[in-house]
Amino acid sequence: MEKVVTRNFGTPNSQLLEVYVQNRGYEAARKALTEMSTVDVIEEIKKSNLRGLGGAGFPTGTKWSFISTTTMKAKYLVINGDEGEPGTFKDKYILEQDPHALIEGILITCYAIGSHKAYVYIRGEYLKAIAVLQGAIDEAYKAGYLGEGIMGTTFDLDIVVHQGAGAYICGEETALLESLEGKKGFPRLKPPFPAVVGLFGCPTVINNVETASCIAPIILKGAEWYAKLGSEKNGGNRLFCVSGHVNKPGVYELPNGTTLREIIYEHAGGILEGRKLKAIIPGGISAPLLTPEQIDVKMDFDSLRAIGTMAGSGGIIVMDETTDMVWAAMVAARFFAHESCGQCSPCREGSGWIYRTIRRIYEGHGRMVDLQNLPGIINNVGGNTICAFGDAVTMSIGSYVSKFRSEFENKVKESSYAQTNH
Amino acid sequence: MPKLTIDGKQVEVQAGATIIQAAEKLGIEIPRYCYHPALPVSGNCRICMVEVEKQPKLQIACYTKATEGMTVKTNSPKVLETRKTVLEFLLVNHPVDCPVCDQAGECKLQDYYMEHGKYSSRLVDVKVKKEKKAFSIGPHVMLDQERCILCTRCVRFSDTITKTSELGVFERGDHSQLDVYPGKQVDNKYSGNVVDICPVGALTDKDFRFKCRVWYLEKTKSVCPGCSMGCNITVEWDKSRPHQLKNGRVMRLKPRLNPDVNEYWMCDEGRYNYHFIDENRIEHPQINDQLVSWPKAIGEIAQEVKALKDAGRLDRIGVLASAQLTNEDLYVVRKLFKENLNGAQVDFRMPQVPGFRDDFLMRGDKNPNTVGALTILGSSDDAQTIVEKAKNGDIDLLYVFGHDLVKFFGKDTVEQISRKVKLFVFQGSNINETCRYSHLILPSSVYAEKDGTFANCQQRVQRILPAFSPLGESKGDWEIVSSLAQELGISIAYKDSQAVFNDIAAAIGAFGEMSYETIGDQGLMFKEINREYGKYFY
Repeated sequence: MEKVVTRNFGTPNSQLLEVYVQNRGYEAARKALTEMSTVDVIEEIKKSNLRGLGGAGFPTGTKWSFISTTTMKAKYLVINGDEGEPGTFKDKYILEQDPHALIEGILITCYAIGSHKAYVYIRGEYLKAIAVLQGAIDEAYKAGYLGEGIMGTTFDLDIVVHQGAGAYICGEETALLESLEGKKGFPRLKPPFPAVVGLFGCPTVINNVETASCIAPIILKGAEWYAKLGSEKNGGNRLFCVSGHVNKPGVYELPNGTTLREIIYEHAGGILEGRKLKAIIPGGISAPLLTPEQIDVKMDFDSLRAIGTMAGSGGIIVMDETTDMVWAAMVAARFFAHESCGQCSPCREGSGWIYRTIRRIYEGHGRMVDLQNLPGIINNVGGNTICAFGDAVTMSIGSYVSKFRSEFENKVKESSYAQTNH
Repeated sequence: MPKLTIDGKQVEVQAGATIIQAAEKLGIEIPRYCYHPALPVSGNCRICMVEVEKQPKLQIACYTKATEGMTVKTNSPKVLETRKTVLEFLLVNHPVDCPVCDQAGECKLQDYYMEHGKYSSRLVDVKVKKEKKAFSIGPHVMLDQERCILCTRCVRFSDTITKTSELGVFERGDHSQLDVYPGKQVDNKYSGNVVDICPVGALTDKDFRFKCRVWYLEKTKSVCPGCSMGCNITVEWDKSRPHQLKNGRVMRLKPRLNPDVNEYWMCDEGRYNYHFIDENRIEHPQINDQLVSWPKAIGEIAQEVKALKDAGRLDRIGVLASAQLTNEDLYVVRKLFKENLNGAQVDFRMPQVPGFRDDFLMRGDKNPNTVGALTILGSSDDAQTIVEKAKNGDIDLLYVFGHDLVKFFGKDTVEQISRKVKLFVFQGSNINETCRYSHLILPSSVYAEKDGTFANCQQRVQRILPAFSPLGESKGDWEIVSSLAQELGISIAYKDSQAVFNDIAAAIGAFGEMSYETIGDQGLMFKEINREYGKYFY
C-alpha cells in the first residue's frame, strides 16, 4: 500500500529541509506556482475527493472555492493543529516527523486561494511539535520557500505559528479564530462562514494539519491517483490513531474505507491478552460508540454516518470486556463538562449536570429516577447550541447510556439510594 | 422586503430583519434573555428557538434572518418543549433565592417559568456554588454570580455602548462566571443601565436594593430634568408605605424607550438625581421666616406690584425665571410680566458653568427646558443686568424662580440685594442659600408633581406627567403666578396645564398646532428648527 502522509515517517532527520527535498520535496509547490493557475490547483484538489480530515469531512477543494477572487480584503489560511479530541494524536506525528510536508501544503493552498499569510494554531501542550515546525519554517525562509518572491515567482507568503492555551473548544474552527484574534475561545454564530468573514473579519480557509499535508502529493502525482487510493467519495488514505486495549496502539495510515475489524485485529494486533472486544469509539471521543457486531463497517465518512456514528478525527479507542462502561461514560462526561466553553445554556449547564449524575451512579449513589431522567437530559443538549459540541455531548454520552443500559441499571440496583427521588 | 408567515400570520419586514423582529411586528413576543435590540446578537441563551420550515434543527429567532416565503412556528409542541428544557438548564444551578432577590417580580426567569416552565425539578445533585454573592462591582452595581445566566448583555453593553469593557465572562462550562476584569470597576457615567438590561437578579442597583418590592411600584411617564437632553424616563414611586424611605415617595427612575432621544438608556447622573423630590422641600409660604397662608403671601406681592404700577415704575420689577420651569409655567410668567405688566424685566439665563458633557446622552446645559424658555421668554432682557440693578437699588420687586443666586453671584451680592430690594420673592421647590436672604418664600412643586412640557436641545417638545400631588402646600409654578394675576385683577385663568399649552400652541409658531395628544409619549419636534439656539448648547 502506498503511503501518502506518512511517506517520510521514520526516515532519519525527516524534519530537515535537506532530507525532505531529497524525496521530491517542494517539487509540487514549484509545479503549482510556476505551471498551474490557481483555478487549476483548486480543480485538481476537487477531483481528488480530498475531504477535511479534522473530522467534518467537508470536500477541501470546494471549501477553497468559496474564497472570493474579487475581494479587496486580505485572505488567510489557518491550519488547525489544536488536536484536542481525546484519542487523536496524528497531527502531532505529522508536525514532528514531516513539518515540510505541511509547509509545502500551506504554500500550495495559499497560492490557490490568494493568501499571503497563514497561521498554524497548535495545541499548547505540543511543545516539541511547535519547536520542530518553527525550525522547519525558519529553514524554508532561508531556502526561499517562504517569504517574498518564492521560487523566483512574485508570490509572497508568511507563516506564523501560534501556540494554543489549552481549551478543547479552540479546535472548533470559529472558536479557534476568536482565540487567534486574542479573544476567549467562543464558537461564532454561523453564517457568515469563515470563507466570507473569518480571521480578523477577512475571508479565511481553515484546514486540518493532515488535510494540508495531503496537498503536495496530490499536486505532484495527480488527483486521479489520490482519489483511487480511497473509497468512492472519500479519496486517499487516512491516519487512524488506535489506542486503548490493543496490542499495538499507534498511528496507521490506511485507505479510507478500510474496515474497523482490519484496523483492530490486523494492524493494531488485536485485543490485549486475547480478551473480548466490548466497545469502540471510532472517531474521537465525540463519536458515538460502536459495539463488536458493528466492526465490519468501512472506516470512511459516509459509511460511518450511515450507522449512526462518525469518522471524526480518526481517533479509535478500543475497550475490551474488562471496561466498566459507567466509568467510561463518566470519564467522557467529565471531559465534556470540563471543556464546554460555557456559552450556550444547554451545553454549559447540561454537561455538568450529566457528569454529576453519571458520577453519582458510578459511585453507588444512583437512583432509579436518574435512569429515567438521564436520557432526556442528555438529549436536550444536542441540536440546541451554537456549535457541534452540544451535539457531541448528546451523541456520545447518549450512546453509552442506550447501548450499555444494563450496566447502569446494575449500578443503580446496588445503590442504597435506588428508590429515593431526591 | 421579504414576506414570511409566522404562526399562520403573514408579515412583511425590512430586508435583514430577524425572525424575532418580524414576530414583534405581529405582536408575537418570542422569549429572550440574551437578545437585546440595542446590542449585538450573541445567541447564547437559546430560549428564542423557533421552528423554521425545511430546517431540521430549531433556529434562534434573534439571529436567523427573515427570508421570502419562510414559514415559522413559535408555539409548536417542539418549540414549547425546547423552551421548557432551556429553562430547566438555566435554572439547574440557579439559587432560586427569589425571596431575597430584588429582581423578583420583574425577573425573566420567574416570568418565563410561569409561562413556559412549570416543571418539577429533576435535580438531585448539589448546585454549583459561585464565589461572589452580594459583591460590589462599582459605585452603583452589585453582582450575584449565582443568579447570573451568562447572557452577556452587560458585557456587550460595556463593550459596545460605553466602550469601557469592564465586564467579562471568566472560566468555562458551568463554572463560568461574570465578573469585572482585574483592577476594574463598573464605574462609568452609564453604569446603572447594566442593571436595567440584566434579565435576572445578577446585577442589582445599590440605590434600590431592599427598598421596595417592585410590585408595589406605580409608574409615571416623565422626562429627566437633569440636562437639556431630556431623556425619557419612568418615575417609579410608592406612596403607600412611607416608612420605607423616610417619607420618600420616589423609589427609582428608569429610562423609557425613545429611539430619537435616549433609546433604552439614561446616565447615572440623571438616574440617581431624584432624592430632591422628597428631601429638603419648601412646603409652606413664608414671610420673613413666618409661615403664612397663600392669600396672605400672594396679597403681599400684589400690593407691591400695584404700588409700582400706580407709580408707573413697572421697570422696577425684575423677574428671574428659570429653564427648569415647564413651558406652561414660562408662558404664564410671560403673560403676566411681559404682556400685562409691560416694562418688567424678565430673563432666565444665569451665568452657569457648563457641566459634564459627552457625545452620547449627557449635555453640559443642566436645564431641561432652555429651548422652551428661549422660545417663550426670548432673550431681550438680561439676568445679570437685573441682578446688578437689584444690587444698586434700582429694583423694588425681585421675583426669583428657584435659582440659588448665592451660587452664581456670591453671598455679599445677595445680601446687598436683600437690603436694597423692597420685596425679594423666592419661588421654588427646595431650600437653598438664597432662601435665607429672600423676604417672601412661595413653595412650588417639582417636575414629578407637574403636568407639562419641556423642549430639549433637539427642539423636541416632550411631556411630563404628575406622578403624585404636590408636597405640603406647594403648587405648580404657573398656578402660583396666575393666582397673583387674579389678585391683580388680570384675567389669566386656566383650567389645567393642557389649557395653557393650547394657548402656547396658538400663540407661538414653534409650538404651532401641537397638542398634548399629538406630543404623546415620544415628543414632537418644533415645526421649524431655530439654528440660533445652537450657541446655548454645550
